[in-house]
Amino acid sequence: MINRLTFFIVGTMNFLKPPTSILAPLVTRSAPKHQNIDFIGEIGQKPEEESLQVKIAVENLSVFYGKFQVLNNISLNIPQNRVTALIGPSGCGKSTLLRSFNRMNDLVPGSRVDGQVIINGENIYAPNVDVVDIRQRVGMVFQRPNPFPMSIFDNVAYGPRLYGIHDKRVLAEIVEHSLRQASVWDELKDKLNQSGLALSGGQQQRLCIARALAVEPSIILMDEPASALDPIATLKIEDLMETLKENYTIVIVTHNLQQAARVSDFTAFLMIDEDRSGTLVEMGATEQMFTNPRNKQTEDYVSGRFG
Amino acid sequence: MPRQTLDREIHHLQDEVLLLGSMVEQAMLNAIDTLKHRDLSAARRVYREDDLINEKRYAIENRVLILFATQQPIAHDLRLLAAILEVITELERMGDYAKGIAKINLRIGSEDIQLPIREISRMGDLSVGMLHRALSAFIEEDVQMAYRIPQEDDLVDELYNEIYRKNVENMIANPEEIDHNNYIMWIVHNIERMADRVTNICERTIFIATGELLEIDVSDDEWDDEDTL
Repeated sequence: MINRLTFFIVGTMNFLKPPTSILAPLVTRSAPKHQNIDFIGEIGQKPEEESLQVKIAVENLSVFYGKFQVLNNISLNIPQNRVTALIGPSGCGKSTLLRSFNRMNDLVPGSRVDGQVIINGENIYAPNVDVVDIRQRVGMVFQRPNPFPMSIFDNVAYGPRLYGIHDKRVLAEIVEHSLRQASVWDELKDKLNQSGLALSGGQQQRLCIARALAVEPSIILMDEPASALDPIATLKIEDLMETLKENYTIVIVTHNLQQAARVSDFTAFLMIDEDRSGTLVEMGATEQMFTNPRNKQTEDYVSGRFG
Repeated sequence: MPRQTLDREIHHLQDEVLLLGSMVEQAMLNAIDTLKHRDLSAARRVYREDDLINEKRYAIENRVLILFATQQPIAHDLRLLAAILEVITELERMGDYAKGIAKINLRIGSEDIQLPIREISRMGDLSVGMLHRALSAFIEEDVQMAYRIPQEDDLVDELYNEIYRKNVENMIANPEEIDHNNYIMWIVHNIERMADRVTNICERTIFIATGELLEIDVSDDEWDDEDTL
């Protein structure tokens, strides 16, 4: 039900004006459980975008590491086939939030989750959910490129083999398709048998993206995917995101505000509250968040005045 | 190396500037046409449609601001986007001149007035032609052309001065027609100012291409002030 909620895109150029009452609160911290969350964002001059599907609905999500509450009651909607950036100062929980979308936090000893993360209508924290299945549907790319110590081909084929695909021809097709999607096929097609570790950082990162794509996820989580790369390699990753969003929903955590501004369609800003837990301050269309955020704290953060 | 999003957006904005320019050109030609035919309902339309020009201008301005905020344009990109902000302001003002002419037409109403319509049309054609080529130069960053176009302003000024002299003579000879001659002065003044503002667009073209902010040295008013300064 939730995943069919529609994002209403209001108006065209009016977001430089003060917010009006038709804007539902974007931050729904106190929303009771199961309440439908209307995400009413505004987008400047994108009249072709009339409605967006919600891909990930986060409802009253709190995450604890032992006694420490890392995330405090977060509710937001991630739109399908768009890039959503999570920004905020160090320690605000943006990586934890990202990792909660494919239950990577399960790997942290003593971690506990309250609330729901609903993907395709299903709460991924429900008791009977297969975590492996979630991680197939929700791929992840990390800060440091981490190719496996094996050939380029085997890196990309690793996931599909794990899921039982062993036909050489099928694997070759998957590898080519994935590398093409990651915009790295032309550079690597003649050295598929070489080690994935022998590539440049930028190529390694795109290889890792190809590896994530090979198991056909619908969501890709990126945790600082370009922070270890030089500017040209960064630009290639950013362009890649723009291309990939046609087929995937992308969520990216980045410390680089300019990168968030460049690549994302929506931005969520998190901060640490008085209990040192991460809370959502504001979420909206990136264009609006970086030209006229509604919240003073967001304004201060995006204009470099704190954090 | 291309920057996919920024390059696409800039290209789109250039198209939008051309579109705004053609709206302004059409508004000016229409305004003069309504004078020629003394068509008041068409004049009302020109007057109203200025809103569309204003809206387009703000839409472009908004897009530019978003690109400043999200894409961090630098160097040539920065100059281009900053220049677009200037150019759309000029275009919007030119739209106001067309609106002004429509307004004068409505003010004249059904009064019987002898307009020097041939000269007015000629001034309009010259000014609109200058604008059209200035916008081409702006998009193509053609510096040579940007330097050349403002020189054509002399022709517009000549026509203006000619009408001015005739008007003054007529006011002296027929004081009862002073109001009519005033209307005519306002009309040609609007067209003359439009041509002046084309020079500003050309200056921005040079700025994009060279980074130099300069004033192209042409007599920028209906009077050449050199003698009086």
